[in-house]
Amino acid sequence: MISNEMSRRRLLGYGVGLGAAATLTLAGCGGGSSSPGGSAAGGNGGKDYTGPKVDLKLWNGFTGGDGDIFKKLVEQFNGEHKNIAVSVVTYEWQDYYSKLPGAVSSGNGPDIAVMHMDQLATFAARGVITELDDVAKALQLSEGDFAPTVWKGGLYNDKRYGIPLDMHPLGFYYNKAVMQKAGLDPNKPPTTKDEFTAALAELKKSGVQGFWVSPFQFTGGMTFYSLLHQWGGTLFDGDVAKATFNSDQGVEACTWLVDMIKQGYSPANVGQDADYLALKSGKNAFNFNGIWQINDLKKSADVQWGVAPLPQLGTKQAVWANSHNFTIVKQRGADANKVSGAKVFINWLSEHSLDWAKGGQVPARKTVRESADFKALTEVNALAPELEYAAFPPAVPGLGEVMITFYNAFNEAALGKKTPKQALDDGAAKADKQLADNRKKYGS
Amino acid sequence: MADVIEVGAARGDAPPRAGRTRRRSATQRGHRATPYLFLAPYLVLFLAFGLAPILFGVWISLHQWDLQLPNRPFVGLGNYRDLFSSDSAIYGDWWSSVRATGIFTLFATPLLVVVPLGLALLLNRSFPGRTFFRAAFFAPYVLGVAVIGLLWRFLLDANLGLVNRLLGAVGLPSDTPWVTDVPWAWVSLVGVTVWWTCGFNAVIYLAGLQDIPAELYEAARVDGANGWERFRHVTLPGLRPVLLFVLTTTILASANVFGQAFLITQGAPGEQTRTVVWRIVDEGLRDYDVGRSAAMSVLFALMLAVVSVVNFRLFRHQED
Repeated sequence: MISNEMSRRRLLGYGVGLGAAATLTLAGCGGGSSSPGGSAAGGNGGKDYTGPKVDLKLWNGFTGGDGDIFKKLVEQFNGEHKNIAVSVVTYEWQDYYSKLPGAVSSGNGPDIAVMHMDQLATFAARGVITELDDVAKALQLSEGDFAPTVWKGGLYNDKRYGIPLDMHPLGFYYNKAVMQKAGLDPNKPPTTKDEFTAALAELKKSGVQGFWVSPFQFTGGMTFYSLLHQWGGTLFDGDVAKATFNSDQGVEACTWLVDMIKQGYSPANVGQDADYLALKSGKNAFNFNGIWQINDLKKSADVQWGVAPLPQLGTKQAVWANSHNFTIVKQRGADANKVSGAKVFINWLSEHSLDWAKGGQVPARKTVRESADFKALTEVNALAPELEYAAFPPAVPGLGEVMITFYNAFNEAALGKKTPKQALDDGAAKADKQLADNRKKYGS
Repeated sequence: MADVIEVGAARGDAPPRAGRTRRRSATQRGHRATPYLFLAPYLVLFLAFGLAPILFGVWISLHQWDLQLPNRPFVGLGNYRDLFSSDSAIYGDWWSSVRATGIFTLFATPLLVVVPLGLALLLNRSFPGRTFFRAAFFAPYVLGVAVIGLLWRFLLDANLGLVNRLLGAVGLPSDTPWVTDVPWAWVSLVGVTVWWTCGFNAVIYLAGLQDIPAELYEAARVDGANGWERFRHVTLPGLRPVLLFVLTTTILASANVFGQAFLITQGAPGEQTRTVVWRIVDEGLRDYDVGRSAAMSVLFALMLAVVSVVNFRLFRHQED
């Protein structure tokens, strides 16, 4: 048994092929006899946990108001589970993703990690997180329990790596006072392209540049991402081998946005966050921004605002979105008890995601989303319909840098440094090289 | 004049001959290992935390290295070749970041060498409120880059910022894109950095100025030297070692610029203000390509080493 333990540890430490490592870990969970601390406690994939007390480290990036709500939920969980103690460590998302690989490879990583959906494939391919198919099975979770878009996003190579907690899309925020001043009905935000441009024309007459186009990823780049899909375009081809965001649809969508500036509906050179600050201070009327701004606006008592799904500006509905997922981090010496404790936690939190919704996120779990309690959260609930047509990035490892290229291409177009076509063509050419590099690196 | 030689001796420039022979004979009388024993603590630290990581970094740069991927194939100089070959994905990014860092260093360094010198000369005079002004100019330096970055990002915002509003109020153009277009973005980054860090160099100059013996100024005055001549023939030569120090550290610090661009311009427009250190961080910690990131670091270190050597050479020639 000792030699078995040794070889497994060495294999995991030196890093074997992903599949092999995962199989070994799973064998460790189910096998019972080979896991230290014994018992088949790890076997049921998270329904309950009856083994000896385990301490679990959880890392997340909830630094805003959502962090407090998250910590309260963890406290409640710890109170209800005497043999599982979860301790939370919070970093800025950016620090978090750069710290995690080093921590895991030196054996100081967390047991549970909260991760954005578009990071799952990268961390799965790099062997940082483990498969969770058995959790889904044991908890009888399936696509029907979630929105299909979110549920499929947790897959990489047909295996599940993330249990979705929530979804955070862009929303359409509008300043009611400014609309009223321009003679618009503040309770009827535009829903189509014609209504949208007509409203902008009215606003312009009253001296308001209604819709500021930010050149930065937050939030102009995300707006373009949404419109690209609304115009019927895609980021990449089916195999994610070639960038397609410079398609005719992409150029058209980008041109439409850049023309907002040319037509005077938006000032040029909008700075980071200036679009949102302008909405709050009544300098513009419309802003496409993340669902996370709801809580911030709620704190601003003097702003009269509303939020709705993104208007349909292209040929179909689509919106940028991302999702927080729970993952279990691979350990050098896999402890089956910790793994099963972690699964219990993930399931419990998923069921309690209504409280999480109060932090300003749409819960991924259908039962929670359809509950009366959730509907009472008016603003967040207003964005729930977007779940059906949310456009998540494909599950491909190493996509982060390619998305930066995409956002930078839009930046150059929005700042007038290049024409939309030129900017997107240049970006796509660079993205193609990055995708080829990634295929070589991750061997897919 | 004897005083001057003594000052030089204290700094170790030209130890008096007698001292040198005495020290050597003391060493010969003691154990041969004594100097090495005294050096040992530093040597151990240097080997463990200086040399070893550098060599390891060079080793990493010869591989396609990811902390988590099972195989880390040896690629020889492949990572370096990518940095020099125009059809690799990283080529354009790398050289645009070298260009960005070069532009910043080229404009920030002269200002950060000259402005604090002027400041130090003023603050070295005696006038009421001198201590207050010394503190005021040094104050921004104690703020973290996150604070000054966010502060100036909002102040410099083209459409909502205070700077443009003030410019407009006095009849100047009020729509300058301070953080989203070049060359304005460079003006902002350099300006903010000078405001932020000039206090530090000024303090070093002040210390250097106070080291220059007052007798020299008096002697110069007796010889009929005017203010400018006193500055050229007394102050500048007296400050030479300090100047070399300030110039070298300022070049190196400017070449390491990251936080200001990251927070204020966010690299815009496009990637034109994305600097080398930022690129290295991205490559290693965001894209997890540690090998390539290490290759960039090695290459960048070589570039800075060349600049520093040239810098020292120039100063030595001046002294000859």
